[in-house]
Amino acid sequence: MNREILNARRLLCPLPVIRTQDKVKQLKAGDQLEVICTDPGVMQDIPTWCRINGHKVLETISGDHEYIIILEVGAS
Amino acid sequence: MSKQRKAVALISGGLDSMLAAKTIMEQGVHVEGINFFTGFCVEGHTHAIRANDKAKPKRNNSLWVAEQLGMKLHIVDVIEEYKDVLINPKHGYGAHMNPCLDCKIFMVNKAKQWIVENDFDFIITGEVIGQRPMSQRKATMPIISKESGADDLLLRPLCAKNLPATLPEREGWVDREKLHDFSGRSRKPQMAMAEGFGFDEYAQPAGGCCFLTDASYSSKLVDLWKARDGDKQYDLDDVMLLKVGRHIRPEQNFKVIVAREEGEGRFMQGYKKEFITLHCASHAGPLVLVDGSPSAEDLFLAARITARYGQGRDAEQVDVSIADKDGSERIIQVKPFAADEIPQEWFI
Repeated sequence: MNREILNARRLLCPLPVIRTQDKVKQLKAGDQLEVICTDPGVMQDIPTWCRINGHKVLETISGDHEYIIILEVGAS
Repeated sequence: MSKQRKAVALISGGLDSMLAAKTIMEQGVHVEGINFFTGFCVEGHTHAIRANDKAKPKRNNSLWVAEQLGMKLHIVDVIEEYKDVLINPKHGYGAHMNPCLDCKIFMVNKAKQWIVENDFDFIITGEVIGQRPMSQRKATMPIISKESGADDLLLRPLCAKNLPATLPEREGWVDREKLHDFSGRSRKPQMAMAEGFGFDEYAQPAGGCCFLTDASYSSKLVDLWKARDGDKQYDLDDVMLLKVGRHIRPEQNFKVIVAREEGEGRFMQGYKKEFITLHCASHAGPLVLVDGSPSAEDLFLAARITARYGQGRDAEQVDVSIADKDGSERIIQVKPFAADEIPQEWFI
Protein backbone atom coordinates (compact mmCIF):
# COMPACT_ATOMS: atom_id res chain seq x y z
CA MET A 1 0.00 0.00 0.00
CA ASN A 2 1.32 3.35 -1.08
CA ARG A 3 0.39 6.62 0.65
CA GLU A 4 0.76 10.02 -1.00
CA ILE A 5 0.01 13.60 -0.09
CA LEU A 6 -1.67 16.11 -2.40
CA ASN A 7 -1.30 19.80 -1.61
CA ALA A 8 -4.49 21.50 -2.79
CA ARG A 9 -4.17 24.56 -0.57
CA ARG A 10 -5.46 27.87 -1.99
CA LEU A 11 -7.40 26.05 -4.69
CA LEU A 12 -11.14 26.59 -4.82
CA CYS A 13 -13.52 23.83 -5.79
CA PRO A 14 -13.77 22.15 -8.14
CA LEU A 15 -9.99 22.35 -8.59
CA PRO A 16 -9.17 20.28 -5.48
CA VAL A 17 -11.56 17.63 -6.82
CA ILE A 18 -9.93 17.76 -10.25
CA ARG A 19 -6.43 17.48 -8.75
CA THR A 20 -7.63 14.57 -6.59
CA GLN A 21 -9.20 12.91 -9.62
CA ASP A 22 -5.97 13.29 -11.62
CA LYS A 23 -3.80 12.02 -8.76
CA VAL A 24 -6.01 9.01 -8.11
CA LYS A 25 -5.63 7.99 -11.77
CA GLN A 26 -1.91 7.49 -11.06
CA LEU A 27 -2.53 5.31 -7.98
CA LYS A 28 -3.51 1.68 -7.55
CA ALA A 29 -6.47 0.18 -5.75
CA GLY A 30 -5.78 0.16 -2.01
CA ASP A 31 -3.38 3.10 -2.15
CA GLN A 32 -4.15 6.04 0.13
CA LEU A 33 -4.16 9.72 -0.67
CA GLU A 34 -4.11 12.57 1.84
CA VAL A 35 -5.54 15.75 0.31
CA ILE A 36 -4.81 19.01 2.14
CA CYS A 37 -7.09 21.91 1.22
CA THR A 38 -8.13 25.37 2.36
CA ASP A 39 -11.56 25.51 0.66
CA PRO A 40 -14.13 24.19 3.15
CA GLY A 41 -16.26 23.02 0.24
CA VAL A 42 -13.99 20.01 -0.20
CA MET A 43 -15.53 18.46 2.89
CA GLN A 44 -18.67 18.01 0.82
CA ASP A 45 -17.26 17.57 -2.66
CA ILE A 46 -14.39 15.13 -2.28
CA PRO A 47 -16.49 12.61 -0.33
CA THR A 48 -19.25 12.97 -2.97
CA TRP A 49 -16.69 12.45 -5.73
CA CYS A 50 -15.38 9.38 -3.87
CA ARG A 51 -18.85 7.89 -3.47
CA ILE A 52 -19.80 8.24 -7.13
CA ASN A 53 -16.46 6.93 -8.32
CA GLY A 54 -16.04 3.99 -5.94
CA HIS A 55 -13.36 5.30 -3.58
CA LYS A 56 -13.49 5.27 0.21
CA VAL A 57 -13.03 8.21 2.56
CA LEU A 58 -11.04 6.98 5.55
CA GLU A 59 -10.88 10.19 7.53
CA THR A 60 -11.75 13.88 7.34
CA ILE A 61 -10.08 16.48 9.55
CA SER A 62 -11.26 20.09 9.91
CA GLY A 63 -8.61 22.47 11.18
CA ASP A 64 -8.81 26.22 11.72
CA HIS A 65 -8.39 27.04 8.06
CA GLU A 66 -7.27 23.69 6.64
CA TYR A 67 -9.23 20.63 5.71
CA ILE A 68 -7.69 17.19 5.25
CA ILE A 69 -9.31 14.22 3.57
CA ILE A 70 -7.69 10.81 3.55
CA LEU A 71 -9.09 8.43 0.97
CA GLU A 72 -8.45 4.93 -0.20
CA VAL A 73 -8.46 4.29 -3.93
CA GLY A 74 -11.18 1.88 -5.05
CA ALA A 75 -10.93 -0.94 -7.50
CA SER A 76 -12.66 0.64 -10.51
CA MET B 1 -28.37 -9.46 -27.31
CA SER B 2 -27.90 -5.88 -28.44
CA LYS B 3 -24.83 -3.94 -27.37
CA GLN B 4 -25.15 -1.76 -24.28
CA ARG B 5 -24.93 1.78 -25.63
CA LYS B 6 -23.03 4.42 -23.72
CA ALA B 7 -23.55 8.17 -23.67
CA VAL B 8 -21.78 11.03 -21.99
CA ALA B 9 -23.95 13.86 -20.68
CA LEU B 10 -22.71 17.43 -20.31
CA ILE B 11 -23.63 18.16 -16.69
CA SER B 12 -23.74 21.78 -15.60
CA GLY B 13 -25.34 21.11 -12.24
CA GLY B 14 -28.62 22.70 -13.32
CA LEU B 15 -31.98 21.08 -13.90
CA ASP B 16 -31.99 20.73 -17.69
CA SER B 17 -28.85 18.65 -18.01
CA MET B 18 -30.00 16.54 -15.08
CA LEU B 19 -33.32 15.81 -16.79
CA ALA B 20 -31.67 15.14 -20.14
CA ALA B 21 -29.34 12.57 -18.60
CA LYS B 22 -32.15 10.97 -16.63
CA THR B 23 -34.33 10.72 -19.77
CA ILE B 24 -31.66 8.70 -21.53
CA MET B 25 -30.80 6.58 -18.48
CA GLU B 26 -34.47 5.63 -18.31
CA GLN B 27 -34.07 4.09 -21.76
CA GLY B 28 -31.41 1.69 -20.53
CA VAL B 29 -28.42 3.57 -21.91
CA HIS B 30 -25.30 3.70 -19.71
CA VAL B 31 -24.74 7.40 -19.02
CA GLU B 32 -21.75 9.10 -17.42
CA GLY B 33 -21.47 12.82 -16.83
CA ILE B 34 -18.80 15.26 -17.90
CA ASN B 35 -18.30 18.76 -16.54
CA PHE B 36 -15.83 21.30 -17.88
CA PHE B 37 -14.15 23.78 -15.55
CA THR B 38 -13.28 26.97 -17.43
CA GLY B 39 -12.28 29.03 -14.40
CA PHE B 40 -15.33 31.23 -14.87
CA CYS B 41 -17.84 28.75 -13.51
CA VAL B 42 -20.12 30.14 -10.82
CA GLU B 43 -20.41 26.53 -9.75
CA GLY B 44 -17.99 25.55 -7.04
CA HIS B 45 -17.12 27.55 -4.04
CA THR B 46 -16.09 30.98 -5.11
CA HIS B 47 -18.82 32.18 -2.78
CA ALA B 48 -17.25 30.12 -0.02
CA ILE B 49 -14.41 32.64 0.06
CA ARG B 50 -16.78 35.01 1.75
CA ALA B 51 -17.24 34.33 5.44
CA ASN B 52 -20.73 35.86 5.20
CA ASP B 53 -21.82 33.00 2.96
CA LYS B 54 -20.93 30.33 5.48
CA ALA B 55 -24.56 29.47 6.13
CA LYS B 56 -25.13 28.54 2.49
CA PRO B 57 -24.61 24.89 1.53
CA LYS B 58 -21.21 24.44 -0.09
CA ARG B 59 -21.57 21.82 -2.71
CA ASN B 60 -20.68 21.39 -6.32
CA ASN B 61 -24.01 20.94 -8.05
CA SER B 62 -22.63 18.85 -10.91
CA LEU B 63 -21.28 16.32 -8.37
CA TRP B 64 -24.55 16.48 -6.49
CA VAL B 65 -26.52 15.83 -9.70
CA ALA B 66 -24.28 12.88 -10.57
CA GLU B 67 -24.88 11.36 -7.17
CA GLN B 68 -28.63 11.85 -7.45
CA LEU B 69 -28.60 10.11 -10.81
CA GLY B 70 -26.21 7.38 -9.68
CA MET B 71 -23.68 8.05 -12.40
CA LYS B 72 -19.98 8.77 -12.61
CA LEU B 73 -18.87 12.33 -13.27
CA HIS B 74 -15.67 13.38 -14.97
CA ILE B 75 -14.60 16.95 -14.19
CA VAL B 76 -12.21 18.28 -16.79
CA ASP B 77 -9.91 21.28 -16.33
CA VAL B 78 -10.10 23.30 -19.59
CA ILE B 79 -8.77 26.58 -18.19
CA GLU B 80 -5.88 26.85 -20.67
CA GLU B 81 -7.79 25.79 -23.79
CA TYR B 82 -10.71 28.00 -22.89
CA LYS B 83 -8.62 31.15 -23.22
CA ASP B 84 -8.88 31.04 -26.99
CA VAL B 85 -12.67 30.70 -26.76
CA LEU B 86 -12.91 33.78 -24.59
CA ILE B 87 -10.35 35.89 -26.40
CA ASN B 88 -11.33 35.03 -29.98
CA PRO B 89 -14.97 34.01 -30.10
CA LYS B 90 -15.91 33.35 -33.71
CA HIS B 91 -19.58 34.02 -32.96
CA GLY B 92 -18.97 37.01 -30.71
CA TYR B 93 -20.08 37.87 -27.22
CA GLY B 94 -23.51 38.03 -25.62
CA ALA B 95 -24.68 40.96 -23.50
CA HIS B 96 -21.38 40.96 -21.60
CA MET B 97 -18.13 39.03 -22.11
CA ASN B 98 -19.98 35.74 -22.50
CA PRO B 99 -19.06 33.84 -25.67
CA CYS B 100 -21.96 31.43 -25.12
CA LEU B 101 -22.23 29.92 -28.58
CA ASP B 102 -18.48 29.38 -28.98
CA CYS B 103 -18.41 28.00 -25.45
CA LYS B 104 -21.08 25.42 -26.22
CA ILE B 105 -19.32 24.44 -29.45
CA PHE B 106 -16.05 24.09 -27.52
CA MET B 107 -17.58 21.91 -24.82
CA VAL B 108 -19.41 19.63 -27.22
CA ASN B 109 -16.19 19.30 -29.20
CA LYS B 110 -14.35 18.30 -26.01
CA ALA B 111 -17.11 15.79 -25.27
CA LYS B 112 -16.74 14.40 -28.80
CA GLN B 113 -13.02 13.87 -28.21
CA TRP B 114 -13.87 12.21 -24.89
CA ILE B 115 -16.33 9.71 -26.36
CA VAL B 116 -13.79 8.72 -29.01
CA GLU B 117 -11.08 8.19 -26.38
CA ASN B 118 -13.40 6.31 -24.03
CA ASP B 119 -15.39 4.26 -26.52
CA PHE B 120 -18.75 5.87 -25.84
CA ASP B 121 -21.45 6.17 -28.49
CA PHE B 122 -23.02 9.60 -28.26
CA ILE B 123 -23.35 12.89 -26.41
CA ILE B 124 -26.29 14.35 -24.49
CA THR B 125 -26.92 17.96 -23.60
CA GLY B 126 -29.77 19.63 -21.74
CA GLU B 127 -30.27 22.25 -24.44
CA VAL B 128 -33.80 23.47 -25.15
CA ILE B 129 -34.66 25.51 -28.23
CA GLY B 130 -35.40 29.09 -27.21
CA GLN B 131 -34.20 28.63 -23.64
CA ARG B 132 -31.27 31.04 -23.97
CA PRO B 133 -31.07 34.04 -26.27
CA MET B 134 -27.60 33.41 -27.66
CA SER B 135 -26.70 29.75 -27.62
CA GLN B 136 -30.02 27.92 -27.44
CA ARG B 137 -31.99 28.96 -30.50
CA LYS B 138 -33.35 26.91 -33.36
CA ALA B 139 -30.72 28.41 -35.67
CA THR B 140 -27.81 27.66 -33.34
CA MET B 141 -28.57 23.98 -32.75
CA PRO B 142 -27.20 22.78 -36.12
CA ILE B 143 -24.25 25.19 -35.81
CA ILE B 144 -23.24 23.59 -32.50
CA SER B 145 -23.63 20.08 -33.92
CA LYS B 146 -21.62 20.89 -37.03
CA GLU B 147 -18.86 23.13 -35.70
CA SER B 148 -18.22 20.91 -32.67
CA GLY B 149 -17.69 17.95 -34.98
CA ALA B 150 -20.29 15.95 -33.04
CA ASP B 151 -22.80 16.16 -35.91
CA ASP B 152 -25.60 13.68 -35.38
CA LEU B 153 -23.94 12.09 -32.36
CA LEU B 154 -25.28 15.04 -30.38
CA LEU B 155 -28.69 14.31 -28.88
CA ARG B 156 -30.78 16.88 -27.03
CA PRO B 157 -33.39 14.75 -25.25
CA LEU B 158 -35.46 17.70 -23.99
CA CYS B 159 -36.15 19.13 -27.44
CA ALA B 160 -35.24 16.24 -29.76
CA LYS B 161 -38.70 16.05 -31.30
CA ASN B 162 -38.30 19.59 -32.60
CA LEU B 163 -35.08 18.63 -34.39
CA PRO B 164 -34.10 16.13 -37.10
CA ALA B 165 -33.51 12.61 -35.79
CA THR B 166 -29.94 11.98 -34.68
CA LEU B 167 -27.96 8.78 -35.15
CA PRO B 168 -28.92 7.33 -31.72
CA GLU B 169 -32.58 7.80 -32.68
CA ARG B 170 -32.27 6.48 -36.22
CA GLU B 171 -30.32 3.43 -35.06
CA GLY B 172 -32.81 2.71 -32.31
CA TRP B 173 -30.31 3.16 -29.48
CA VAL B 174 -32.94 5.44 -27.97
CA ASP B 175 -36.66 5.64 -28.63
CA ARG B 176 -37.43 9.04 -30.17
CA GLU B 177 -41.03 8.76 -29.04
CA LYS B 178 -39.89 8.87 -25.44
CA LEU B 179 -37.92 12.07 -25.99
CA HIS B 180 -39.37 15.56 -25.59
CA ASP B 181 -40.42 18.63 -27.55
CA PHE B 182 -39.73 21.44 -25.07
CA SER B 183 -39.15 24.92 -26.42
CA GLY B 184 -39.07 28.48 -25.15
CA ARG B 185 -38.12 30.03 -21.86
CA SER B 186 -40.86 28.52 -19.72
CA ARG B 187 -39.53 26.24 -17.01
CA LYS B 188 -42.89 24.61 -16.32
CA PRO B 189 -42.33 21.45 -18.43
CA GLN B 190 -38.97 20.86 -16.77
CA MET B 191 -40.43 21.41 -13.31
CA ALA B 192 -43.25 18.98 -14.03
CA MET B 193 -40.76 16.44 -15.34
CA ALA B 194 -38.57 16.89 -12.26
CA GLU B 195 -41.58 16.24 -10.08
CA GLY B 196 -42.36 13.12 -12.11
CA PHE B 197 -38.86 11.81 -11.48
CA GLY B 198 -39.14 12.67 -7.80
CA PHE B 199 -36.49 15.40 -7.89
CA ASP B 200 -37.69 17.84 -5.28
CA GLU B 201 -34.41 19.70 -5.02
CA TYR B 202 -32.27 21.10 -7.78
CA ALA B 203 -30.09 24.11 -8.48
CA GLN B 204 -31.63 27.06 -10.29
CA PRO B 205 -28.86 29.61 -10.68
CA ALA B 206 -30.60 32.90 -11.45
CA GLY B 207 -27.66 34.39 -13.33
CA GLY B 208 -26.64 31.32 -15.28
CA CYS B 209 -23.61 29.21 -14.56
CA CYS B 210 -20.84 31.52 -15.77
CA PHE B 211 -19.30 34.69 -14.36
CA LEU B 212 -18.87 36.01 -17.90
CA THR B 213 -22.63 36.65 -18.05
CA ASP B 214 -22.27 38.99 -15.09
CA ALA B 215 -21.99 42.70 -15.92
CA SER B 216 -19.78 43.58 -12.97
CA TYR B 217 -17.39 40.69 -13.53
CA SER B 218 -17.18 41.45 -17.26
CA SER B 219 -16.34 45.11 -16.54
CA LYS B 220 -13.45 44.03 -14.33
CA LEU B 221 -12.17 41.67 -17.00
CA VAL B 222 -12.29 44.36 -19.69
CA ASP B 223 -10.55 46.77 -17.32
CA LEU B 224 -7.81 44.21 -16.68
CA TRP B 225 -7.16 43.76 -20.39
CA LYS B 226 -7.20 47.50 -21.01
CA ALA B 227 -4.71 48.10 -18.19
CA ARG B 228 -2.39 45.59 -19.82
CA ASP B 229 -2.40 47.53 -23.07
CA GLY B 230 -4.86 45.18 -24.69
CA ASP B 231 -2.97 41.99 -23.85
CA LYS B 232 -5.83 39.59 -23.23
CA GLN B 233 -3.83 36.72 -21.82
CA TYR B 234 -4.77 35.82 -18.25
CA ASP B 235 -4.05 33.19 -15.66
CA LEU B 236 -6.22 31.54 -13.07
CA ASP B 237 -5.16 33.97 -10.35
CA ASP B 238 -6.41 36.85 -12.52
CA VAL B 239 -9.74 35.10 -12.93
CA MET B 240 -10.04 34.35 -9.22
CA LEU B 241 -9.10 37.83 -8.06
CA LEU B 242 -11.75 39.40 -10.27
CA LYS B 243 -14.27 37.48 -8.18
CA VAL B 244 -13.21 38.94 -4.84
CA GLY B 245 -12.96 42.36 -3.26
CA ARG B 246 -13.80 45.89 -4.23
CA HIS B 247 -11.73 46.91 -7.29
CA ILE B 248 -10.66 50.55 -7.49
CA ARG B 249 -8.46 51.91 -10.28
CA PRO B 250 -7.19 55.45 -9.61
CA GLU B 251 -4.70 55.31 -12.51
CA GLN B 252 -4.06 53.18 -15.57
CA ASN B 253 -0.85 51.78 -14.04
CA PHE B 254 -2.37 50.35 -10.86
CA LYS B 255 -5.52 49.29 -9.11
CA VAL B 256 -6.29 48.30 -5.55
CA ILE B 257 -8.38 45.34 -4.45
CA VAL B 258 -9.97 45.87 -1.05
CA ALA B 259 -11.21 42.82 0.84
CA ARG B 260 -14.87 43.29 1.70
CA GLU B 261 -14.88 40.97 4.67
CA GLU B 262 -12.87 38.46 6.66
CA GLY B 263 -13.20 35.52 4.26
CA GLU B 264 -11.97 37.55 1.30
CA GLY B 265 -9.11 38.91 3.39
CA ARG B 266 -8.04 35.41 4.32
CA PHE B 267 -8.19 34.32 0.68
CA MET B 268 -6.19 37.37 -0.43
CA GLN B 269 -3.50 36.64 2.19
CA GLY B 270 -2.42 33.86 -0.16
CA TYR B 271 -1.30 36.50 -2.69
CA LYS B 272 1.14 38.38 -0.45
CA LYS B 273 4.13 37.12 -2.42
CA GLU B 274 2.66 38.21 -5.75
CA PHE B 275 1.34 41.66 -4.85
CA ILE B 276 2.25 44.65 -2.72
CA THR B 277 -0.18 44.52 0.20
CA LEU B 278 -1.48 47.19 2.55
CA HIS B 279 -3.38 47.15 5.80
CA CYS B 280 -4.13 49.60 8.58
CA ALA B 281 -1.61 49.23 11.40
CA SER B 282 -3.18 51.62 13.90
CA HIS B 283 -6.77 50.49 13.42
CA ALA B 284 -8.62 47.38 12.31
CA GLY B 285 -9.16 47.26 8.57
CA PRO B 286 -9.15 45.16 5.42
CA LEU B 287 -6.28 43.65 3.51
CA VAL B 288 -5.61 45.48 0.24
CA LEU B 289 -3.69 44.18 -2.77
CA VAL B 290 -2.08 46.55 -5.25
CA ASP B 291 -2.01 45.27 -8.82
CA GLY B 292 0.25 46.94 -11.39
CA SER B 293 3.34 49.14 -11.12
CA PRO B 294 2.58 51.84 -8.56
CA SER B 295 4.93 54.74 -7.84
CA ALA B 296 5.58 55.93 -4.28
CA GLU B 297 2.89 58.57 -4.83
CA ASP B 298 0.46 55.90 -6.04
CA LEU B 299 1.12 53.84 -2.90
CA PHE B 300 0.38 56.88 -0.76
CA LEU B 301 -2.95 57.16 -2.53
CA ALA B 302 -3.56 53.40 -2.11
CA ALA B 303 -2.84 53.84 1.60
CA ARG B 304 -5.48 56.57 1.84
CA ILE B 305 -7.97 54.22 0.20
CA THR B 306 -6.94 51.44 2.62
CA ALA B 307 -7.52 53.78 5.54
CA ARG B 308 -10.92 54.75 4.13
CA TYR B 309 -12.16 51.17 4.49
CA GLY B 310 -10.75 50.62 8.01
CA GLN B 311 -12.07 51.48 11.46
CA GLY B 312 -10.02 54.66 11.42
CA ARG B 313 -11.89 56.15 8.48
CA ASP B 314 -12.91 59.18 10.56
CA ALA B 315 -9.52 59.63 12.24
CA GLU B 316 -7.24 62.55 11.38
CA GLN B 317 -4.37 60.17 10.71
CA VAL B 318 -4.01 56.40 10.23
CA ASP B 319 -0.87 54.26 10.19
CA VAL B 320 -0.86 52.06 7.10
CA SER B 321 1.54 49.18 6.62
CA ILE B 322 2.90 48.62 3.11
CA ALA B 323 4.44 45.18 2.53
CA ASP B 324 6.49 44.42 -0.55
CA LYS B 325 6.41 41.04 -2.26
CA ASP B 326 9.58 40.01 -0.42
CA GLY B 327 7.86 40.61 2.91
CA SER B 328 9.69 43.82 3.83
CA GLU B 329 7.31 46.21 5.52
CA ARG B 330 7.13 49.92 6.26
CA ILE B 331 4.55 52.15 7.91
CA ILE B 332 3.31 55.46 6.58
CA GLN B 333 0.84 57.94 8.05
CA VAL B 334 -2.07 59.09 5.90
CA LYS B 335 -5.34 60.92 6.19
CA PRO B 336 -8.14 58.58 5.12
CA PHE B 337 -10.15 59.55 2.07
CA ALA B 338 -13.59 60.83 2.90
CA ALA B 339 -16.41 58.86 1.27
CA ASP B 340 -17.05 61.50 -1.38
CA GLU B 341 -13.36 62.00 -2.15
CA ILE B 342 -13.03 58.72 -4.05
CA PRO B 343 -14.33 59.46 -7.56
CA GLN B 344 -17.08 57.13 -8.69
CA GLU B 345 -15.24 56.40 -11.93
CA TRP B 346 -12.41 54.78 -9.99
CA PHE B 347 -14.73 51.94 -9.00
CA ILE B 348 -14.63 49.15 -11.57
